[in-house]
Amino acid sequence: MAVISYREALNQAMREEMERDASVFIMGEEVGHYNGAYKVTQGLLQRFSERRVVDAPIAEMGFAGIGVGAAMVGLRPIIEFMTFNFSLVAIDQIVNNAAKIFQMSGGQYNIPIVFRGPGGPAVQVGSQHSQSLESYYAHVPGLKVVMPSTALDAKGLLKSAIRDDNPVVFIEGETLYNTTWEVPDDADLIPLGQADVKREGTDVTLIAWSKMVWTCLEAAKALAKDGIEAEVVDPRTLRPLDVETLAGSVRKTGRCVIVEVGWPVAGYGAEVAYQMQRHCLDALDAPIERVTSDDVPMPYAKNLEDEVQPQVKDVVAAVRRALYLE
Amino acid sequence: MATASPTTPDTKRVEPDDPEYFATTADELRPLYRQMLAIRRLEEASAKAYSQGKIGGFLHLIIGQEAVCVGATAALKPEDYVVATYREHGHAYAKGMTSRAILAELYGKKTGCVRGLGGSMHLFDKQTNFLGGYGIVGGHVPIAAGAAFASKYRNDGRVTLCFFGEGASTIGGFAEGLALAALWKLPVVLICENNQYSMGTPLYRSLAVEDVSMRALAHGMPRDRFDGDDVIKVKRRIAEAVERARTTGEPTLVEVVTYRFRGHSMSDPGLYRTKDEVEEWRRRDPLNRSRQRLIDLGFPEQELAALEDDVRAEIEDAVKFAEESEPADAYLPYVIKE
Repeated sequence: MAVISYREALNQAMREEMERDASVFIMGEEVGHYNGAYKVTQGLLQRFSERRVVDAPIAEMGFAGIGVGAAMVGLRPIIEFMTFNFSLVAIDQIVNNAAKIFQMSGGQYNIPIVFRGPGGPAVQVGSQHSQSLESYYAHVPGLKVVMPSTALDAKGLLKSAIRDDNPVVFIEGETLYNTTWEVPDDADLIPLGQADVKREGTDVTLIAWSKMVWTCLEAAKALAKDGIEAEVVDPRTLRPLDVETLAGSVRKTGRCVIVEVGWPVAGYGAEVAYQMQRHCLDALDAPIERVTSDDVPMPYAKNLEDEVQPQVKDVVAAVRRALYLE
Repeated sequence: MATASPTTPDTKRVEPDDPEYFATTADELRPLYRQMLAIRRLEEASAKAYSQGKIGGFLHLIIGQEAVCVGATAALKPEDYVVATYREHGHAYAKGMTSRAILAELYGKKTGCVRGLGGSMHLFDKQTNFLGGYGIVGGHVPIAAGAAFASKYRNDGRVTLCFFGEGASTIGGFAEGLALAALWKLPVVLICENNQYSMGTPLYRSLAVEDVSMRALAHGMPRDRFDGDDVIKVKRRIAEAVERARTTGEPTLVEVVTYRFRGHSMSDPGLYRTKDEVEEWRRRDPLNRSRQRLIDLGFPEQELAALEDDVRAEIEDAVKFAEESEPADAYLPYVIKE
C-alpha cells in the first residue's frame, strides 16, 4: 500500500494500460517532450516513444477528431486537453462525432476514446480558465462523464475509462493533482457508474464530486463538532449516474444537500436534485438544498474568487437550513 | 462560371503530355459507367420517393457529380477507407454498399444500412470500410485524418479518402485536419468536390481565391486540381495521390471542379443560378460522356442497352425492397455499447 498523489495515480493508470494494450496511445498539447503541462504524462514519452505519446500542435478540434477517427477503426486514444476549457473548441468532435457515431452507424462503429484533462477552477486563472463544464457533457447521450475526487478513484476509474468501448469525458480536478491517498499497488479497476460513500453519517447526505468532495469532508468535520453526522456521497461518474446509491443514502438520512463548483443554472446538481426527489420524496424531511458557485464568470482577485466558490461555511449553512436549524 | 484553371507550377503534379494518359478500355470503363448510372437512377428514385413523402428530412442529391465519387473510389483497394459528407449516397454506393441498403435507410426502415437511425446524411457500412456520412460541414475531415493516423500507427498500408465540398474549405475542422495530416504525413487524400456553390453562395462570395487547392501550399502539401467530367481522368489523377499516400504516407489536397444539376437539397429550387449556366453544365454530363466513350471504344449498343436495363431493374428492386421492408424498430441499444 503506497500513498501516492492524484497526479501519480493518473500517470500509473495510463502507463499500465499502455503496457497492457498496444492500441492505447496518448495525444495532446505538451504531453510528450514537455512531460505534460501538469506533468500527468511524466515519463510516458521516454517509455513508449513518439509513436504512442504524440505531441499535438494547438488544434484541439483537429486532434480530438483524429482521436475519434482512430478510435473508429480500432485504436484506443487518450486525448489530453491541457484544460477542459480548451475542449470547447473541440466540442463538435465530442458531441457531434464521438457521442453520435455508434448511434449513426446503427451500432457498427463504437468509439473507445478518453478525453481527459483538468477542469474546474484552479487558483486565480481568470474566467476563461476556471470553468466547470461537466454539465455540458453530462447532457449528451452517447458520452460517459467521470470526475474522480481521490487518487484511488482516479487510478481505478481512468483504467476503466480506457478499457471502455464508449467515449468517456474524464475531468480531473485541477487543484487535486497534489492530493494524496492510499492506493494499493495492485489497485482494482473501479467500474464506471458506481458512487462511493466517502464518509458515513446519519443526519444529512452531502452529494458532491471532484474537489467539492474535499470541501464536504471538511464541512462534515465541522458539523460533527455540533453533533451533526453528515454522510458524504461521491457519484464519481456523472453519466451514467448511480441513482441507487445516492437515493439509498438520502432515504437513510432524510435530508440532502448537493454541492458543486459549477454554475447554478442548469448545473448538474439540478439533475441530481430531480432524481433524489423522484426516488426519495416520502423519505425527505426538508427541501433539497443546492450549493453552487455564484452565477458569474470567475473573477481574478483571490478574495473574490473565494467568495464566488462554495466554501466550507456555505456547505455548513446549507446543512443547517436542511436541518431547520436556522 | 468558374472552371478549373491550370495548376500553378508549385504543385508536384505535372500534367503528362502523353495523349494515352487517359486512355481506357471498355472493360475498365463499363463498371464505372454502370456505377454512375446506378447512382443517377438511385438519386432519381430517391427524389421521387421524397416528393411522395416516403423519405423525410433533408435529401441532398449528387446528380451531375457522379464521376467524382466513382472515379476516385475506383482508385482504392477494398480495405481502404472513405469518409464523406451528407451528400454521400453516391460515395456509399461506389464503395460497395447496395442500392437496397441505401434506399431502405432513406425510407427509415429496419433493413437500412444503419437500421433507420441515420437517414440520408448518415450512411455507414463497416463491411465496405465506408466510415460514414457527416452532417456538420468540415467536422469529418479530422476523422478521416484519424483513420489515416491509425493506418500509419499500425503500418497497415491503407489509404483514406475524404470528400467534402468547397464550402467546407472555410471552416476550422478542414483547416485543422489539413494541417495535422500534413504535419504528421498521414496517408489521406482530401478531395474537395468543388460544385461551385455552398448551398446558394457561389465560391467567389465565400473564398478570397478561386483555387481551393492553394490551401495545400501553406502546409507544403502536394495538390492537384482538375475538372471532374471524365471518370477515367478522375480515377487516374486520384490514383496518383492514393499511390503517394500508400507508398510515402504523404497526403494530397485534390480539388475536382464539378457541378450539381439539382438544388442544394430538395427544398432548393436553385434560383441563384441562371438557366444557361445549368444547361451548359448539363451538356457536359459525365454520364453522357462515358456512354459515348464506351460506344467509341466499340462497346456493343446491345450490351449497353442490357446494362441500362440491368440498372433499371436493380433500382426498381431497391425501391420495392425499401417500400416493403419493416419499419425501424429499435434505438435504445445504439446509444452506449454495453
